[in-house]
Amino acid sequence: MKLRQTAWLTGSLVMVSVLLAACSSSSSSSSSATTSTSTSASSSASSSTGALKTGLKVFIIPKNLGNNYFTTADSANSGGAIAALDTLGETGTETSGTAATPASQIPAIQAAISKGANVLIVSATDPTALCPTLNAAMKRGITVITYDSDAPTCRDMFINQASTAQIGTSEVDVLASELHDTGDIAIVSAAASATNQNAWIGYMKQELTKYPNMKLVATVYGNDDPTTATQVTQGLLEQYPNLKGIISPTTVGIAAAAAVLDTSKYRGKVALTGLGTPDSLKKYVSDGTIKEFLLWNPANLGYLAAYAAVEFASGHINGTQGQTFSAGKLGTFTIGADKTVLLGPPFTFNSSNINQFNF
Amino acid sequence: MSDRLRSALRWESGLALLVLIIGVVGVTVSAQFLTSNNLFNVGLSYGEIAIMTLPMTLIIISGEIDLSVASILGMCSALLGVLWAKHWPMLGIFALIAVVGLAAGAVNGLLVTRLGLPSLAVTIGTLALYRGIATILLGPNTVANFPATYTNLGVNAVPFTGNAMTYSVALFIVLAVIFGVVLHATPFGRSLYAMGASAEAARFAGIRVKRNKTILFMVSGLVCALAGVLWTFRLDTAVQNNGVGLELDVVAIVLLAGVSIFGGKGSIIGVVLAVLAFAGLQSALLLTNFNQEAAGIVTGALLLLSVFGRNAAALSGRFRKWMPARPGREPGHPAADPSPIPPTASTPP
Repeated sequence: MKLRQTAWLTGSLVMVSVLLAACSSSSSSSSSATTSTSTSASSSASSSTGALKTGLKVFIIPKNLGNNYFTTADSANSGGAIAALDTLGETGTETSGTAATPASQIPAIQAAISKGANVLIVSATDPTALCPTLNAAMKRGITVITYDSDAPTCRDMFINQASTAQIGTSEVDVLASELHDTGDIAIVSAAASATNQNAWIGYMKQELTKYPNMKLVATVYGNDDPTTATQVTQGLLEQYPNLKGIISPTTVGIAAAAAVLDTSKYRGKVALTGLGTPDSLKKYVSDGTIKEFLLWNPANLGYLAAYAAVEFASGHINGTQGQTFSAGKLGTFTIGADKTVLLGPPFTFNSSNINQFNF
Repeated sequence: MSDRLRSALRWESGLALLVLIIGVVGVTVSAQFLTSNNLFNVGLSYGEIAIMTLPMTLIIISGEIDLSVASILGMCSALLGVLWAKHWPMLGIFALIAVVGLAAGAVNGLLVTRLGLPSLAVTIGTLALYRGIATILLGPNTVANFPATYTNLGVNAVPFTGNAMTYSVALFIVLAVIFGVVLHATPFGRSLYAMGASAEAARFAGIRVKRNKTILFMVSGLVCALAGVLWTFRLDTAVQNNGVGLELDVVAIVLLAGVSIFGGKGSIIGVVLAVLAFAGLQSALLLTNFNQEAAGIVTGALLLLSVFGRNAAALSGRFRKWMPARPGREPGHPAADPSPIPPTASTPP
């Protein structure tokens, strides 16, 4: 028996060493794409402050791996952060943990620092928990840029995907154009206590004053639970027979509301818009339940974050409000308050573009 | 007895070899592997997990399991956050958290020993229950900004360790010595092996099985409460999902250590080596550009192989049972052995 145990253990030892050896060899080949051809282009395109640094080791650390939203934001194929870094002549690598928690993300950040990162582009899993790690990085002279989700006290700049005001007002504008500025509307929100939801709803009410013939008759709460959101949407439709439109500024809410409309007599009679993800709504856009909905384009978010990070690491910008920089195909951006750069108005998804997205 | 010790030591020397190989490969693939900075980082990431493996080892040796450990950690973390936000004095919070940890363990222990329910089912239930309490305590809120005196746990090393040792690792070492002495050098510790081999036989031998098991679950609760405090301070964050899923890492390490899932076998030195192997392997995988999505495959495969290996004797017995029966031959089965001393691995099945 002892012999058998020893044999098993030896087997596992061999396996571990083989796997480790395999990954050590992959480390030399898999580090993604440095392009030498584009360096001349980027230096000639740079502004009066001199050429951008090339050959920077940039680590992109999303909340977690295996998440299509972040894969779109980060990868070269979708035109995200690594595409921008390739153009600029930097080395871009995406790494993170498998769970979207600080405990899973922190070791990946630490490893990136150990591997000699010049720049970290991070979507923070928690506004404070990453701070000891990110502060240590900045102390070593590493540029720390947050995107998608901020850690306000421990980064050099934050790339914000959309402003609260623009999200609120755009949703009303989209619905108004579908309803020709007329009719009763309702909101299907998440939790009554959700800060971001209430901030958006505040801007929606403000925007609605521009449309005197549109009337907000109810705001209901689906608590980001598909079952609850379905029930409150059904309740709305029964209670307000004259309802012409619904705004749901939550991805769970809009998907549930779309499913309700899709299978009811109200399909095509009640317009629906809000914040949603393309994958969850493709079906409803193709069958006409939803004409347009909003979110931001994650690939553009990653692309902008990469440009901002390289500009910062090259010393062209330092986060001061009012500084401008060029971000390739996206044009010129101005740094706002709190060292924040805004990607722009929300992106509108409709039948003409939805199939290009996969998250 | 000496046979059993020898068989255990054989497994542990294999583990020591594994740690050595991981160390050598780690240094080969990354110059950063053995730097004080990386050791500190690894210690931070695995300190709480390592601490929780110690009571888990004793529980599994006694023939039970506690899957609620990470939820107790989360519940205590949430409590710490809520009370700190209400401006309780920190020492008062610590005292209450210790009591809550003990109580959470006592609930597990009493349900298992007094109602005779299987610990697997009981602690899956309390896994959900204690996590639910954490969710009710904090809701979607996050409590941060704990005093720097405490959050420096996540930043500063223990003095005179060359910036390499975290406070959580120092605590683990102290606790490992205490648990090691209790398990290997006291009648209480020996009673756990007997209980794990056969609870019935242990009871007939005069061992207070129910009391001892309840004590184990309570100690586990207390240690997990401590881990919860460490976790909260090092991340400077109390949130309801703190530590979610860690119970699987804890059990994985204990099994890699050669502790038999059927009870009655295992040692603290094995657990210490398994912690080193597990943390070292994860660190080596992170420092290379290994695809992190696939890292689970490596650790999972290692764990499976170790469980197979450790239980090769029992498994081959079972395998024989599934084969067409040969007359006059009873299949070997360790749990059926009435002796209070567990059968050694060298007993032919």
